Amino acid sequence: MTAFLRPPTLDDALTLLGTGSFRLLAGGTDLYPATQGATLSGDVMDLTTLPVLRGITNTPEGLRIGACTTWADIARAALPPALHALQQAALEVGGRQIQNAGTIGGNLCNASPAADGVPPLLAVDALVELRRAGSTRQLPLSAFLQGPRKTARLPSEILTAILIPKGSLAGQSQFLKLGARAYLVISIAMVAVRLTATQGRITSAALAVGACSATAQRIATVEAALIGSPLGAAAQTITAKDVAAALSPMDDLRATAAYRHTAATELLRRAVTQTCQALA
Amino acid sequence: MSISFTLNGKLAQFEASPSLRLSELLREKAGLRGTKVGCDAGDCGACTVLLDGEQVCACLTPAARVQGRSVQTVEAQTDALTRLRSAFHRHGAAQCGICTPGMLMAAAALLAETPTPTPDQAKAALGGVLCRCTGYTKIIAAVCDTNPPPAPPMPAAGMAVGAATPRIDGAAKVAGDIFGADLWQSGGLVVKAIRSPHPSARFTFGDVPAWARAKAALVFTATDIPGINRFGAIPAFVDQPALAEGIVRLRGEAIALAAFEDDGTPIPDLTDFPVIWEVLPPLLSPAEAMAPGAPLLHAGRPDNTLIKGTVRRGDTAAALAASAHVAEASIETAFVEHAYIEPEAGAAWMEGDVLVIRACTQAPIMDRDETAAVLGLPHDRLRIVPSAVGGGFGSKLDVSLQPLIGLVTLKTGRPCRMTYTRAESMASTTKRHPAQMTGRIGCDASGHITGLEFSGLFDTGAYASWGPTVANRVPVHASGPYFTPNYSATAQAVHTNNPIAGAFRGFGVPQAAIWQETIYDKLADQVGMDRLEFRLLNALRNGQTTATGQEMQAAGIVECLTALRPHWQRALATARATPGRGVGVASCWYGCGNTGLPNPSTIRLGITPEGALMLHQGAIDIGQGSNTVITQIAADALGLPLAQFQLVGPDTFLTPDCGKTSASRQTYVTGRAAHAAGTALRADILRRLNMGEAATLSLSGSTLTATEGTQSTRLALPPLATNAHGYALMAEETYDPPTTGLDENGQGNPYAVYGFGAQMVELDVDPALGTLKLHKITAAHDLGRTINPLLATGQIEGGVAQGIGLAMMEEYLQGRTENLHDYLIPTTGDMPEIESLLIEVPDAHGPYGAKGLGEHVLIPTAPAILNAIRHATGAEITRLPALPHRVLAAIARAKK
Repeated sequence: MTAFLRPPTLDDALTLLGTGSFRLLAGGTDLYPATQGATLSGDVMDLTTLPVLRGITNTPEGLRIGACTTWADIARAALPPALHALQQAALEVGGRQIQNAGTIGGNLCNASPAADGVPPLLAVDALVELRRAGSTRQLPLSAFLQGPRKTARLPSEILTAILIPKGSLAGQSQFLKLGARAYLVISIAMVAVRLTATQGRITSAALAVGACSATAQRIATVEAALIGSPLGAAAQTITAKDVAAALSPMDDLRATAAYRHTAATELLRRAVTQTCQALA
Repeated sequence: MSISFTLNGKLAQFEASPSLRLSELLREKAGLRGTKVGCDAGDCGACTVLLDGEQVCACLTPAARVQGRSVQTVEAQTDALTRLRSAFHRHGAAQCGICTPGMLMAAAALLAETPTPTPDQAKAALGGVLCRCTGYTKIIAAVCDTNPPPAPPMPAAGMAVGAATPRIDGAAKVAGDIFGADLWQSGGLVVKAIRSPHPSARFTFGDVPAWARAKAALVFTATDIPGINRFGAIPAFVDQPALAEGIVRLRGEAIALAAFEDDGTPIPDLTDFPVIWEVLPPLLSPAEAMAPGAPLLHAGRPDNTLIKGTVRRGDTAAALAASAHVAEASIETAFVEHAYIEPEAGAAWMEGDVLVIRACTQAPIMDRDETAAVLGLPHDRLRIVPSAVGGGFGSKLDVSLQPLIGLVTLKTGRPCRMTYTRAESMASTTKRHPAQMTGRIGCDASGHITGLEFSGLFDTGAYASWGPTVANRVPVHASGPYFTPNYSATAQAVHTNNPIAGAFRGFGVPQAAIWQETIYDKLADQVGMDRLEFRLLNALRNGQTTATGQEMQAAGIVECLTALRPHWQRALATARATPGRGVGVASCWYGCGNTGLPNPSTIRLGITPEGALMLHQGAIDIGQGSNTVITQIAADALGLPLAQFQLVGPDTFLTPDCGKTSASRQTYVTGRAAHAAGTALRADILRRLNMGEAATLSLSGSTLTATEGTQSTRLALPPLATNAHGYALMAEETYDPPTTGLDENGQGNPYAVYGFGAQMVELDVDPALGTLKLHKITAAHDLGRTINPLLATGQIEGGVAQGIGLAMMEEYLQGRTENLHDYLIPTTGDMPEIESLLIEVPDAHGPYGAKGLGEHVLIPTAPAILNAIRHATGAEITRLPALPHRVLAAIARAKK
């Protein structure tokens, strides 16, 4: 018989996690599709019993998003414009059914190169909080994601929250997803952009591209080039060469690598333009 | 664990594994089978239920998670669901009905928050539920119209034909209909297939008895098959084993069956089934398969060629050489998956010594004949009872699990059931043929077509299926509905180790139309003519002959193109002022019924002594509406109201043969049989009452009354002697289209009736990303006579949606897109506005002049989209689907 644990508290969950090898279940929107069976195989721990893991709270350090916060929760929440991109992404994950069940923590732990949640979180310098019995650590999201289906989470750890530093909650943001159909679609490419500006010039820029590398990437060279740019002329500072240098896309059934380079550049220009318009 | 929750307002408690999918709990433990399972992966939304009022996929929800919460399914009786059901029924929003429960639940969640939603809100709320039949238009309209006036009554006697009456089986569709997976006999077996992961391999079995003992399974292999282990759609090409015999020719081919007690015990792991594979290098393209020395998939088919079809007329080479303008194209299309939301499913049981098979199908008599041959049964010991069919589109013409479940029940004497997973449905059943098409079309200086030369190579996959039909239909239709005096067209179907390519809405004609219609745009440009006027100039007119030498009698293409003209001129004017806007047009024609072969339908109509009016309707309704349309025709032919008809069947023991639901033949062929049966029964009644043809009939209780003017006579039914079928009055009539076979040059009259259509697409091309935004599709279709406008426009909208998929997103790649998140079909958000223009150019052969429609509606969409892309950008798409990267590359080529 396999175990299916529904721990009543996070401490219970962490203690139990030290006693065996569990598959952690959040929304279920990735675990169930991976099996043809009527039930999940192996020992499973359901994290959705833990209210402490769900919800968005303001903290002295910034914003804390519980790992089991659903996409629908995020879309509904009152959040600063810096997280507008994340809210846009929330509405483009699957359909409403997936948004009601799927969680942001699950999206990160599943570590798909095309995870919709990652670019908007990279654009706000998100950290992840990993807890195990007796200890807690924080990692930048970019370090947590190590490759397709590969993260820095230890088997004894639970990703408990996504933390957004106060300093990264400034500015306006925008998310653009490109797929071959309107809903229920895996991205060919997607971008998230967050910009701050004073007196008509960009003062900070965070640009991230997903589905064009093993993990979503920030485009540091382009970000640097945008600093000081007037809002009306920002998009043209983005060069295909700089974008391409940061990415390593693949040919797959959805698009060619060459197309992804082109699309990433174009989407970044559009997202920057739209963000600049919001700032102006 | 014990799980208690509120289910549709009542407390419910079940013992279930905590990670059991909620969909399983609802269907298997609670017996609520209105919740449908289409993918088990959250990709299709068919299983959408409300959990505390929010829509979720039941297939992704662990049973333990509903503990103490509230679950609502389509079986719930709430005010919102009642209003939604009524709206879906009234709008014709349920065609096959398999997605309907999911749609209703998603809509119910929306209405709870937004009682009067806008179309955009409805599209967003229903974006997670896939529909393959409707094109979503009527669904969105229904969701936005749930506070209507009361529905109008059903049409009166003699008023059924032409009435936009809702489907007569619509109440079942909006309640959660009973499909292949939804009905079985308890205490039996659950059947699973062991399938090949390799496209080409030899195999031997290991210690199967030991495995079977360890798994508590009954195992069946090819050696258990009592009859001839071969089936196939076309008798001359029967070649597919029900269970493979030592060699597999495609990925997903079944090699064995394992049957388990149907007692709720989880099905064990099947991946360790003892089989030893000798993997062979697969032939994955026609080029590889035709290369010298390539191994033959089937003995006696040299060059792996299944068949070649040819139509020749006039001197094409000379005509093209003398033409003022010649344009050419080479176009390549992909495997396209039918992607009905109902995976193959069914159940079998014994009734005495009769084997009963209840499964989804488009062709019950063919199922009977093919399955009986495999099982070595006479026809009177095999009864096929079709379930409600959750979409077919051609693939369910082929038998799938019928011989498999039949074998298990026949061998064990016990009931059994089987439901394909989405992956095995996609891997093992047929696809649309990928085509490599090339050739030239010429015209004279004034734009008249002079000649056409076409050559098409069709990857027909591992087995014959309907490959011969495609190879025959394509050369007949590759001219499009245009007068083409000199013509040479060949289509060659080649076996590979790819998925089986078979029947898919249009039998290869949609592919050929893409080739022909895109060349027409280039020719029109060369001549300097408007593209619509160029088509009108060449449109087939009555008295002209087709490429097979058949004289046109009821051509409706001029009327269709003419109906588009004002829309076309408006759209072109808008496009001139709108950067990125493209407008495209394309036509279709399609012969209804088998190609130069008999395909009769027989309809029986009877009245019992008690006055029950029974229509034995054997035409399978896969959502297209034959249950309603055939009844409408019978009603007016007989002269009794539609509401008095009760349907019997389809059931091979109860209904005469109405042939298969394919080739756009049911409204025409079965409709003619229904018309004949209704007419004959009416004549019999009037003769008995000694009344004239102009009399009106009524049936009240067990009395028939005929009235003409002041004269009225009555016929009491109870005294009449009943016949062998139990009827006091009965008529049974057969209709077979008058056609002739094609000679060695493809000359003849292959169809008695052709349908015509033309569609116009308005879209925007994003020149930097290669993405497309469809604005509007205007579809003019000649139906001869519209039997039911509500169903006809539903067919058009659904066909357009499949055409959009073919053009823009659908490409089946074996082993890579065996699911509905990598294989993309259109969602609510991908559909533009669709305006249907119903044209009526009556055909003397059709019932009330009616022509077929079902396949026509898909044909023009893809070429019209490609023509609109070229209009907007100059880009010529030569490989489908037109994914963004292909469009962008084509734009770049056009700029050079």
